[in-house]
Amino acid sequence: MNRPNIGSANPAEQDVPGPVSTAPNLAAVWEALAAVPDPEVPVVSVVELGLIRHVAWEDRELVVHLTTTYSGCPAAEMIRKLIYEQLAALGVAHVKLVTKLAPAWSTDWIAPEAKPKLRAYGIAPPHLTAARIDVTGISPLRRGNVSVPCPLCGSSRTSLLSQFGSTACKAQYRCDSCLEPFDYFKPH
Amino acid sequence: MPYDDAELFEYLLRLGDTNVVMAQRLGEWIGHGPILEEDIALANVGLDLLGQGRLWLRYAGEIEARFRGTGRTEDELAFLRDGSGFRNLLLAEQPNGDFAQTMARQFYFDVWHLLLLRALCCSVDQRIAEIAAKAVKEATYHVERSTGWVLRLGDGTDESHTRMQRAVEGLWMYTGEMFAADPLEQELAAAQVIADVRLLREPWLATIRNVLDEATLTLPHGEWMQGAGTRGGKQGVHTEHLGHLLTEMQFLQRAYPGAVW
Repeated sequence: MNRPNIGSANPAEQDVPGPVSTAPNLAAVWEALAAVPDPEVPVVSVVELGLIRHVAWEDRELVVHLTTTYSGCPAAEMIRKLIYEQLAALGVAHVKLVTKLAPAWSTDWIAPEAKPKLRAYGIAPPHLTAARIDVTGISPLRRGNVSVPCPLCGSSRTSLLSQFGSTACKAQYRCDSCLEPFDYFKPH
Repeated sequence: MPYDDAELFEYLLRLGDTNVVMAQRLGEWIGHGPILEEDIALANVGLDLLGQGRLWLRYAGEIEARFRGTGRTEDELAFLRDGSGFRNLLLAEQPNGDFAQTMARQFYFDVWHLLLLRALCCSVDQRIAEIAAKAVKEATYHVERSTGWVLRLGDGTDESHTRMQRAVEGLWMYTGEMFAADPLEQELAAAQVIADVRLLREPWLATIRNVLDEATLTLPHGEWMQGAGTRGGKQGVHTEHLGHLLTEMQFLQRAYPGAVW
């Protein structure tokens, strides 16, 4: 992705001599981070997934707060690496990448514009808000499958194959109309 | 009531080791699951537990550094301790057996785990509360899945029913330890750092009874419990199975110390 001349985008840096790109403004940083794909679902970025919680300059160090989807997410290390690389390419010399536990990541933080991208990629986006998922009680017995529309043909005749799909954050469904299996990003 | 860092460290090992050992057991299924979807699901549940276990062990290492001067990393704790140094529940180290046995073990554990994590969300120790708040969301899906399998296998064919009944009975004597609070846990619970596990037995039993009823299975009635006193997995006294599990889990770091990717 071509970057605009971000050094000059920050008026405060206009009179700083030398390499102006060492402290790009925050808008440029967010824009750069928005180009970092999620390694498991490369059609959406780490920003769209709600993984970047905070970005700020502290003196000459760029502090980025990152959260993970699930605590065992195997992509977490890769995401850190991609972020470091992206910020280095932007000319940021000092980055402090902090992984935050709280508040725990929720699918409610996925940006609305990410949902059609997920669907086009063959993944049904979460269609319930996480707040409606009861995490305080033991789930009711034999509860009916929630109806998840097929991302491929749009049919609502689908059935759950397994609570866990290709990654922990997804479940596996099968469409009973077009018969294709698909992943469902679980409300979390 | 006062407690010290050494006690907190000890308790964090109980949480972390139980997760890591359980994850290792689930990982043993990879490539051997009854169907592809379940193979993947077993690995994913294991991955969640491993991730949580790493968070607990990392925190344990930080606490250790506070009272001992140096603390071990999560990897050193997982790969360089001998069996007697592990503090996991006996239930976690029990062999996979058949798929019914794995799911019965998971079901007993998941229901307890969810109740425990819900309680730990209220810990006065902020880090414990934060890890629990993240883990509780994952544990909710685990309970759904293992409950579903107990129902399907219990209320399934004669063969699956027989196997599931045998599994819930065979593992029953390892469930008491989950609700046994030794002086260390009593002290930490009194300080509101952890939950009093004795209070979790009743809601746990109510759920287990409901699900087994619905699954046409008989609730085991054995009173005697393995490790429920002060000599069980949580105190480092294990069944023969842990050592075998560790030989595989720790092999690489023992044979090639310090090996990295």
